[in-house]
Amino acid sequence: MSETPVDPDEVRHTADLARIDLDEDEVERFTEQFSDVLSYFDTLDDVPEVDAEADLVNVMRADEVRDGLSQEEALGNAPETEDGYFKGPSVS
Amino acid sequence: MSVDAFITETTVEGDDDGPLADRTVAIKDNISTAGVRTTCGSEMLADYVPPYDATVVERLKGAGATLVGKTNMDEFGMGTTTETSAFGPTRNPVDESRVPGGSSGGSAAAVAAGEADVALGSDTGGSVRCPAAFCGVVGIKPTYGLVSRYGLVAYANSLEQIGPLAPTVEEAAEVLEVIAGPDDRDATTREAGADADYASAADGDVEGLSVGVPTELIEGADERVVERFEATLDDLKAQGAETHEVSLPSVEHAVQAYYVIAMSEASSNLARFDGVRYGPETDAEGNWNETFARVREEGFGDEVKRRILLGTYALSAGYHDKYYAKAQDARAWLKRDFDEALAEADVLASPTMPVLPFELGESLDDPLQMYLADANTVPVNLANLPAISVPAGRADGLPVGFQLIGPAFGERDIVRAASAVEN
Repeated sequence: MSETPVDPDEVRHTADLARIDLDEDEVERFTEQFSDVLSYFDTLDDVPEVDAEADLVNVMRADEVRDGLSQEEALGNAPETEDGYFKGPSVS
Repeated sequence: MSVDAFITETTVEGDDDGPLADRTVAIKDNISTAGVRTTCGSEMLADYVPPYDATVVERLKGAGATLVGKTNMDEFGMGTTTETSAFGPTRNPVDESRVPGGSSGGSAAAVAAGEADVALGSDTGGSVRCPAAFCGVVGIKPTYGLVSRYGLVAYANSLEQIGPLAPTVEEAAEVLEVIAGPDDRDATTREAGADADYASAADGDVEGLSVGVPTELIEGADERVVERFEATLDDLKAQGAETHEVSLPSVEHAVQAYYVIAMSEASSNLARFDGVRYGPETDAEGNWNETFARVREEGFGDEVKRRILLGTYALSAGYHDKYYAKAQDARAWLKRDFDEALAEADVLASPTMPVLPFELGESLDDPLQMYLADANTVPVNLANLPAISVPAGRADGLPVGFQLIGPAFGERDIVRAASAVEN
């Protein structure tokens, strides 16, 4: 078994953080699968620390005005719009 | 279509002229096509029509190619069998009771069934090479930064590259030539490899080529696969290549590191699917968070939820150092191992997949078992290297893929070596 046993409450809490509703069947199934997968991930404990030499450069481009999407195109896939805006659920 | 390779069939004519003027191209359904539905194999995007083309699509059209359809895939690229698509599975044209591999299974099947001349897939942990191997076609995963990801719906940005699938090495290299090169809309593209001529490298000349064989990638593979692999290696030796064993001790941790990093990036990338700017209409009521959570429950399939949740868990307070930081250490270790191995060899060779194509339904109930099938492909994505899968004959009537891995921007080397495998 995993060094990181997972209980159903932990799965529910994670689902809440990720903003995914789960039904009870899913909670049960994921709880079992998470223990398997996470115990497999536990073998990463054996990995030594390795110095990685970062080979990074900044990539810049000129800040020029370009054509973007039209308002109509931007709204084209939204399930609900109003007066040229996206319409979402209430925030609180 | 007989094997359900396509989610959407279409005809979009490219320019009149160009190197691909007489070719039909199938595009994986996570690559944006202006005016053509792009679903990522998900209910979440079932009706999504992008208002713009991905850079690779623009380049294909500019080269004269005709787009014939958007191909089926594991939902958001998450899978090894093309069975997690919301639109049902694709079948393997070689044996229709088996999976085509994933996640670019529709693209590989379209090419193998002759429903498109060539295709594009995306490869995050082997998603071009795996279906190429299972369907008996050629697939290339380019060096990270060679091909623009602008317009590719993101799953795990630090790992994924768009790559070609084709019946032959030369044809795959021709498509790569068209799509490769810097793009000012993707800041991770590099100048290296610009204007390179890949197709001409498919000359079959491996005289003096040094091929390293990582012992860790042979151990544990199905013996029928190993037999085909050894025979192909002998064939390369007969053509003048020299082979020697190399060791990559870090690959033992590659699958774990890959899934931690990919799931973590997925949990962040897929946060954009909130059902407001695009997505399914639901009758959910309540505040923003409640509605958001309902849309995602309805729109995402099991595998996608599993990866978002595991990624969220791995990044959550208290676990970051245990999982994500350790996975990055493993990634750095892998890069160093590959650098050392490629200092003593021009290319490395292994079986692409350690197994033969699964029966449909065989792997769905055990995600961990499916993740382990990616052992030979994920190290390449973690190290940002190029690799190709080329057919190496059949075992029990099923295709076996031979993988060649090159140094960064060494696409010409792997194309050359792979073309000798075809001889």
